[in-house]
Amino acid sequence: MPVARASAPRKVIDARGTFCPGPLMELIAAMKIAEVGDEIEVLSSDRGSASDIPEWIRKVGHELMSTSEQEGVWHVVVRKAK
Amino acid sequence: MRILIVGGGMGGTILANNLARRLNNELKTGKARITMLSASDKHMYQPGLLYVALGRMTPDELYRDQASLLEPGIEFHVDPVDEFQLDKNQVKAKSGKTYGYDLIAIATGSRPVPEEIPGLAENSINVYTEEAALKFFQTISRFQGGRVVIAVGVPHKCPMIPPEVTFTLYDYFKNRGLADKVSFHYTYPIGRLHSLEPVSKWMEGEFAQRGITSETLFNIKEVDGKKRVVRSLEGSEAKYDLLVAVPAHKGMEVIEKNNLGKGGWIPVDRNRLNIEGHTNAFALGDTTNIPISKAGSTAHFEAEALAENLASIVKIGSPTRDYDGKVFCFIEAGKDKATYAMFNYNNPPDPKPPTKSIHWFKMAYNQLYWTSARGLL
Repeated sequence: MPVARASAPRKVIDARGTFCPGPLMELIAAMKIAEVGDEIEVLSSDRGSASDIPEWIRKVGHELMSTSEQEGVWHVVVRKAK
Repeated sequence: MRILIVGGGMGGTILANNLARRLNNELKTGKARITMLSASDKHMYQPGLLYVALGRMTPDELYRDQASLLEPGIEFHVDPVDEFQLDKNQVKAKSGKTYGYDLIAIATGSRPVPEEIPGLAENSINVYTEEAALKFFQTISRFQGGRVVIAVGVPHKCPMIPPEVTFTLYDYFKNRGLADKVSFHYTYPIGRLHSLEPVSKWMEGEFAQRGITSETLFNIKEVDGKKRVVRSLEGSEAKYDLLVAVPAHKGMEVIEKNNLGKGGWIPVDRNRLNIEGHTNAFALGDTTNIPISKAGSTAHFEAEALAENLASIVKIGSPTRDYDGKVFCFIEAGKDKATYAMFNYNNPPDPKPPTKSIHWFKMAYNQLYWTSARGLL
């Protein structure tokens, strides 16, 4: 797995409790206005995000940096690759 | 205290009216003053555009004079803001006039940006402006058959529109006797048919009954009008004869121009709605970056919470309540049936099967909206 650059700007999307439009849709929106190389961390209370987000990231060709769960909140970190 | 509200849409209007009633005495004695700046002297009922697009309403039914919707005592100016000088507690408007404030609420809304996807604006129809809704109706009324593709941009207003436009358009062609000549293909950006899981499950059954095909994880990349193909970021493509877009939206240009937020979305606290780094500046409705639906309903409930807090700041010096993320959305389901979804940050939605009575309540709400904008409903 790629190592995060220490200097990469990281934006946090607090998508906890966002049922509509949901964490993945928020990430897609944020990716559109991010710069290549930016890191985005999505906080989600939806277990599905742990698989939904990596699936989309893989399909589109961005980078998944890490996925972890802390007290019921999933932290998914991605990097805009193109 | 001088309270300045920028934007005369759903959020700004409900906020102003609710606040004016809470501060009735303070307005009379001159202790408080409410000023609204808007880009237009008209107020549009935006959800009505879908009905204009289907030929069920005419555009003139969508508008009221903004001044007629406001409580007495609210100063209203058609003078859109050009510069937000939050560090000086003032804004500069198009007229050149400067408006100072003690508290400010920004509710400038959002706008569709189909032109940001190559080929999309020229080759698709949508329901997001009066002009677009009329073009939509003219296009569908000429359509004699073929493959209808629905393509959805991110972020967009009101996540209920993709299923609503699909089901109501399906009914429109069926009523014209074209059911056998028109096929529907629905695409959606995430891995299911709708962001709300219960709505997605319900849509699966409805699609099966109507023979509607679908592709998920489909984000619009470009449209080739000559080949009549829409391509996705994920590498697939869909051929269409009629392309119906739910285009991506952005906040207003003035927000980005003033460095208040990327994409035109202002970062705010999700409970108190204050703009990050400011205790006397707030944003609401589509204008914020809060990850919940960009819809009139969201603006409505945010406006109610914010009105209570601004009134409390005037009366006792501090806000008293949190916005809990409440949203209520009608979902038109076709066949003259509708349902609704209601949820907040802590409670997921649980939409019930669509009924005719909810559909007729939604029809009634289209008129009751004006009561809602006045802050009475």
